[in-house]
Amino acid sequence: MTAMQHDPAYNFAYLDEQTKRMIRRALLKALAIPGYQVPFASREMPMPYGWGTGGVQVTAACLTPEDRLKVIDQGADDTTNAVSIRKFFERTAGVETTEHTVQASVIQTRHRIPEAPLTEGQILVYQVPIPEPLRFLEPRETETRKMHALEEYGLIYVKLYEDIAHNGAISTAYAYPVKVEGRYVMDPSPIPKFDNPKLESAAIQLFGAGREQRIYAIPPYTQVVSLDFEDHPFEPSKADHDCDLCGCGTSYLDEVITDDAGGRMFVCSDTDFCAARQAEGHRGRLSGEDAA
Amino acid sequence: MRDDALSGGFADTPVEAARAFRAALEAMARPGSIHAVSGAAAPEPLSVAAAVLLLTLCDRETPLYLAPGHDTEALRNWLAFHVGAPLVGPREAMFAIGGWDALAPHDAYAIGTAEYPDRSVTLIVERTELSNAGTRLTGPGIETEAHLSLPETEAFQRNARRFPLGWDCYFTCGDRLAALPRTTRTEAL
Ligand SMILES: [Zn+2]
Repeated sequence: MTAMQHDPAYNFAYLDEQTKRMIRRALLKALAIPGYQVPFASREMPMPYGWGTGGVQVTAACLTPEDRLKVIDQGADDTTNAVSIRKFFERTAGVETTEHTVQASVIQTRHRIPEAPLTEGQILVYQVPIPEPLRFLEPRETETRKMHALEEYGLIYVKLYEDIAHNGAISTAYAYPVKVEGRYVMDPSPIPKFDNPKLESAAIQLFGAGREQRIYAIPPYTQVVSLDFEDHPFEPSKADHDCDLCGCGTSYLDEVITDDAGGRMFVCSDTDFCAARQAEGHRGRLSGEDAA
Repeated sequence: MRDDALSGGFADTPVEAARAFRAALEAMARPGSIHAVSGAAAPEPLSVAAAVLLLTLCDRETPLYLAPGHDTEALRNWLAFHVGAPLVGPREAMFAIGGWDALAPHDAYAIGTAEYPDRSVTLIVERTELSNAGTRLTGPGIETEAHLSLPETEAFQRNARRFPLGWDCYFTCGDRLAALPRTTRTEAL
């Protein structure tokens, strides 16, 4: 049992009980209809929309005092956004927090899926800016809703194919659309397409869009297929380098400018993953003198 | 069993409802998995698990149908005090509670619309037995296969064929619950 207490000035996990019930009902229907966007009445949160208020509300509706929460922003635990959300739940829910993926029972994320495979018993909560994968093709909500209802997904395939015609390949690198369980086309949030294969997971995946007021979900062991074509199969690409700190050749990398002279390095975007590998003795091109 | 309408609710709602919801979430995410819950004691014949689900998910905004056998004065009074859900017939219900036969006909409930398949009922089916034996389950949330003691399979097969429309089910027995969303494929053994 956790020794931490939540701040008694707040209801547990901040939201009032009626709001939590409404969000919880939406989450259950979202799991029952994988990939379908359930409308919900998003609440004002004590942070700006761009900070993942949809994800925060989903996390608030799911947390129990026994949970251990991890929050990542583009793979890092130490950005202002991630630190603020972690502090918010330490204070309002009294939950313990961690930076280690394997120790977390609930992980709220913006723009990445952790490198370490998630397991049963874990919940991954995504912050979503634009939940509608068809929005850039059709601005009207009434129309996109009809398109989902009728499984009219031809337009999005046309858009992807035009990409191939113009560029020789599909240029979409983030928020690459997927089809869930052979039915709904879904926006996986702006994760790099490198992460798309990890959408088939043993963990529960929940998506919250605050401004757009949508919740959707992928249950564990659910089929998630990135849209592609027989002659142009989906390719989860990454920078063609190894991590300069831990030497990993299979993780997703960020390019970091290191000096004014144009020096640069490639490092794992998942900082916990990279640190764990370094602690195990793995070294990269720019590791210090103590390289193993 | 408590006949007092004022007692039997959660003692610490925010925390107990949070734990109960996690059990309900895990159950719906992993069809066939059985979870124990606690914290509620309602008048008979409502089980602890069904009472916990109602306290956790229902309120004034969720029209509720009490099937014959569960439509008692004691239970109505308890629900009025602790939940506040308007009592309605099957067609208008967002939640419905009762034994499987009492809930019949099972095609009388909301199954959502093509544009809003979430506008569908959640059935809370009270069972005298709940175990991981019997009907074979496959589909989202299930790695290979699961088994659950369902009251029948045909109605669930018919329900799954309507996907993405359909209703979703909780099964309750004593203090334990399991779930079966519309995506689950069922096969009698
Ligand atoms: Zn690394």
